[in-house]
Amino acid sequence: MSKRIKLEAKDLNGYYGDFHALKNINIAMEEKAVTAFIGPSGCGKSTFLRTFNRMNDYIEGFRAEGEILIDGKDIYRKDVRVDELRKEVGMVFQKPNPFPKSIYENVVYGLKIQGIKKKSVLEEAAETSLRRAALWEEVKDKLHKSALALSGGQQQRLCIARALAISPSILLMDEPASALDPISTAKVEELIYELKNDYTIVIVTHNMQQAGRVSDYTAFFYMGELVEFNKTKTMFTSPKDERTQNYITGRFG
Amino acid sequence: MWLSAVITILITVGIIWVLLSESISFFQVVPLSDFLTEKEWTPLFADKKFGIMPLVAGTLLTTAVAIAVALPIGLTIAVYLNEYAHNRMKQYVKPLLEILATIPTVVYGFFALTVVTPFLQTIIPSLAGFNALSAGIVMGVMIIPMISSLSEDAISSVPRSLREAAYGMGSTRLQTSFGVMVPAASSGIVVSVILAISRAVGETMIVAIAAGQQPRLTLNPLVPIETITTYIVQVSLGDVPQGSLEYKTIFAAGITLFVFTFALNNLSFWIKKKYQEKYD
Repeated sequence: MSKRIKLEAKDLNGYYGDFHALKNINIAMEEKAVTAFIGPSGCGKSTFLRTFNRMNDYIEGFRAEGEILIDGKDIYRKDVRVDELRKEVGMVFQKPNPFPKSIYENVVYGLKIQGIKKKSVLEEAAETSLRRAALWEEVKDKLHKSALALSGGQQQRLCIARALAISPSILLMDEPASALDPISTAKVEELIYELKNDYTIVIVTHNMQQAGRVSDYTAFFYMGELVEFNKTKTMFTSPKDERTQNYITGRFG
Repeated sequence: MWLSAVITILITVGIIWVLLSESISFFQVVPLSDFLTEKEWTPLFADKKFGIMPLVAGTLLTTAVAIAVALPIGLTIAVYLNEYAHNRMKQYVKPLLEILATIPTVVYGFFALTVVTPFLQTIIPSLAGFNALSAGIVMGVMIIPMISSLSEDAISSVPRSLREAAYGMGSTRLQTSFGVMVPAASSGIVVSVILAISRAVGETMIVAIAAGQQPRLTLNPLVPIETITTYIVQVSLGDVPQGSLEYKTIFAAGITLFVFTFALNNLSFWIKKKYQEKYD
């Protein structure tokens, strides 16, 4: 049973000025599956993740060559509007980054900038998203309090809720649990596990156990190259490449 | 080294002491309640009235016009430099803006009188030759660099993660700037505005040249008015005998001005301190 391909990179090369950060990457990721990007720091996995919503556009000197396809459409074409693209591709960052506004305002932000003003719509979306992000019970009585008063783990789930509110089909997560304590990490992982029924998720992680726990597929990056891409189980039990084996057995990184 | 620091402090204390002692002897003759409530300011006429309100109104009027000009333009420049301009553009625009701040205020003053006023008169025929509007507009231009540069600092110190969050949600540049960055930098922007107000309140030359010397309790920017600073210049340059009551009025006016700017500076300091670490 093979599922539909949602995300694809074809002959992708990325440069920061003269530095060749992504080397000829080819990958195809399935719809409604979790793909984990692993690899040592500086291997290009975050840079690669950020090409899927063109977040690298704001980094001066960065340029990408090759194709990134979402549902078969190249997102680096000139006529693609990045703001539209990012409504389709939600992102959760390494450090929780809620806006300095109320919890409610954070969740409905994405809808408001799309011009949705109707209160009943916004309130319903806020509740649905917060429930999906498993945060509703904790915050339902203080929706209009500042988001900055929440704990780090709660803030991160708020950021997930905020991303879900604009109903993207893809969720990019850049080490979403690296700044969190173990209990919050477990909650976020549980959440990822549930969300994959509806979303295509790509997660960058430093934590090998985490990749093992949450992902269906794993891609191992090393020095800007995609070394190996396979089902997570296969990858962790019988890696094909020596570098992958060295990395997952903890010999470096 | 410590001597120069002490000298600065001594001079400051001296100024405040002179201001205080002269105004105290003024307030022994004119009760404070008259000073604050009387609606006319005519210390140089035979029928003397000592209401500071017309001067305060004139000052606030020119300041309000100035801020109305400088805030939108200055903030737009700050946002532009921060979100849109390339680094090289920034390198050229910033020093150019600083030039605005280096033009002597007397030049601004006759620019207001000889260029801005005649131009505005073609649009508003009823505009008087001396008026608060042109003086305020030109003063606004003068303080643009102050607002744009301090606001730019405030916006660029907003954590990068917040900008990424906004872009990640599909915000356009405009939505990111005005919906997220400007509100997050609001404390710094407010500080820049307060400092600009304090600068405008104390501004002398432009208003002395272009706004007239007629104390008038009005909010109409089209007629001649007089600000606190202009009055002080007028009396200092005139032939008012030293030690007379008229002479002492400038100290009363001066201390009013001092109270204003001192309060504003403290307010900005307080806001800065209170909100500084909020987004770290």
